Amino acid sequence: MSVFVLRRVLTLLATLVGASLIIFLVLDALPGNAAQMLMGADASPDAVRALTVKLGLDQPLAVRYLQWIKGLLVGDLGNSYVYGTPVASLIAERLVLTIPLAIMAMSITVTLALSAGIYTAANHNKLGDVGVMSLTQVGIALPNFWFAILLVLLFSVRLQWLSAGGFAGWEDGIWLGGKSLLLPAISLAVVQAAILARVTRSAVLEVLREDFVRTARAKGLGKREVLWRHVLRNAMIPVMTVMGLQFANLLAGTIVIENVFYLPGLGRLIFQSIANRDLIVVRNCVMLLATMVVIVNFVVDVLYAFIDPRIKVHDL
Amino acid sequence: MAERSTMPLIEVANLGVRLNTSRGPAQAVRGVSFALKRGETLGLVGESGCGKSVTAMSLMGLLPDSAVVTGSIKLDGSELAGLADADYCRLRGNRISMIFQEPMTALNPMHTIGHQVAEPLRRHKNFSASQARKEAIALLDRVGLPDPAKRIDAYPHQFSGGQRQRVTIAMALACEPDLLIADEPTTALDVTIQGQILDLIADLVEERGMSMILISHDLGVIAENVQRMMVMYGGTVVESGPTDEVFRRMGHPYTQGLFRARPKLGARKGTRLTTIAGTVPELADLPAGCTFSERCPLVIDRCRTALPPMVEVGAGHGVRCVRTDVSMAANVGALSA
Repeated sequence: MSVFVLRRVLTLLATLVGASLIIFLVLDALPGNAAQMLMGADASPDAVRALTVKLGLDQPLAVRYLQWIKGLLVGDLGNSYVYGTPVASLIAERLVLTIPLAIMAMSITVTLALSAGIYTAANHNKLGDVGVMSLTQVGIALPNFWFAILLVLLFSVRLQWLSAGGFAGWEDGIWLGGKSLLLPAISLAVVQAAILARVTRSAVLEVLREDFVRTARAKGLGKREVLWRHVLRNAMIPVMTVMGLQFANLLAGTIVIENVFYLPGLGRLIFQSIANRDLIVVRNCVMLLATMVVIVNFVVDVLYAFIDPRIKVHDL
Repeated sequence: MAERSTMPLIEVANLGVRLNTSRGPAQAVRGVSFALKRGETLGLVGESGCGKSVTAMSLMGLLPDSAVVTGSIKLDGSELAGLADADYCRLRGNRISMIFQEPMTALNPMHTIGHQVAEPLRRHKNFSASQARKEAIALLDRVGLPDPAKRIDAYPHQFSGGQRQRVTIAMALACEPDLLIADEPTTALDVTIQGQILDLIADLVEERGMSMILISHDLGVIAENVQRMMVMYGGTVVESGPTDEVFRRMGHPYTQGLFRARPKLGARKGTRLTTIAGTVPELADLPAGCTFSERCPLVIDRCRTALPPMVEVGAGHGVRCVRTDVSMAANVGALSA
């Protein structure tokens, strides 16, 4: 087990190094000079040059990369070009919104997808299966920002149950904050849930065809018991793989959805920073997202070993 | 319970099974009848697709939902055909158990073998977890799994094929069933292991006084392990009788063909194996009349008009053929050997 985890940790670190290189190089290659952007089009070339030096942008590529990595390791992410405040605190105050949003969206995704997937597999080719599967088809086809607007029209404009945007914060209690994140979380979750439901259904159906399901039935277990005791755990491997991948999609989705709902989260910070050429913020935010995705997939890998006894032995 | 000892344990009358296949509805089994007393053993032999496994699955009540079962299956006089699944669940693994062909896939890879052997005990006998565990160790010991107390928490992938088959046997025997159905229990195993497993099953059947239905495509396995046998072809029983009697004098051209087609040790190198001409017909388009008529060397026009009746050719020995006068004159079987 420890060898298994150790190997996965090494892979994780290598992936992060690769990701940091790509992020750094791609953002560096972007046209537009941060100093020029900050000073405006009318600034004198001397002033722009002076600022370039002050920001350290005149240093060679490798030096700037290593400085960034050094900063990452000690938690010093530098100051935002635009706000002048430390990037770390800028990100921290946005995460208070984005992390609960991602957790909410993922929980909704998993709840919807597993119940729909298991229900449809257990009622294979019956009316309920066909109905729910048609719904998932619609879910997959929906662009989430458009679905978000529909939700706002219905729940905020027509029914006036929830606000159309903005974040109430956590100071007045979890309920108010959570309420303002509900519609964004649903908009993020629906597409993902539709995909995951289909994956769950086919995974369960595949396991239902296995010989050991027949063995379990031959022991006297009812169909439902076989499903819960023998099928689901076997079906979870592909489902969890897709869940891990979906987490990345979900984070990417927050960039759009936080804009639709005027939420001051990480996604909106990235969006604004790109618009302002505040590349130091963009770089660190993207690195953070990449780290989150890599860590979630690492956790999924380790969970495999907990679910499937065969994996430990193969990898030891 | 005097009545119980004379009454057959299992009595199948005119069993028919209609399956929905990709090629349309198919009559997988028709007109199968037999009775089995306590402690009796019956062999079902035939090629793949002849209906022997479907017959077994209909006894277990585990056919697909779309299957249509006709006729009657009685266990101790009570009807099983059409029984609700919840009621069937009380019999499966308890009074009727089954061993399957593929030990590699018949066990759940995610559960320990101890858990899987204990499952029927917990379900049918309401054993506590520790009771069931103790009993599972005893069962695994009985089926010859080495060091069961230590290995009970191991997973199926940690065992060999033969050991896994021992585990499935322990599982099937857990609740001391009245009837054991063994569907090709040794087909997937190494030849050296096959004999051990068959001997184990035979010992257990005798020790516990169970009845057994042994399904095999291998005439040799049938010859050595059951008292009575039925040869199936195209969903019908073409020959049945006491094993010794059938092997002494085979009546049906298909049984004779199977017998001639077995590979013989000591045959000269390069000798071609005898085969039965033609291929097994698809169940969806069986010929009218005798199911074997298209491949039968003795076929006459009459064979193609209607399914021949069972003809009694010896004590309890029936042959579904109109040409037994010719076929049996050839003396195929142990008489010719």
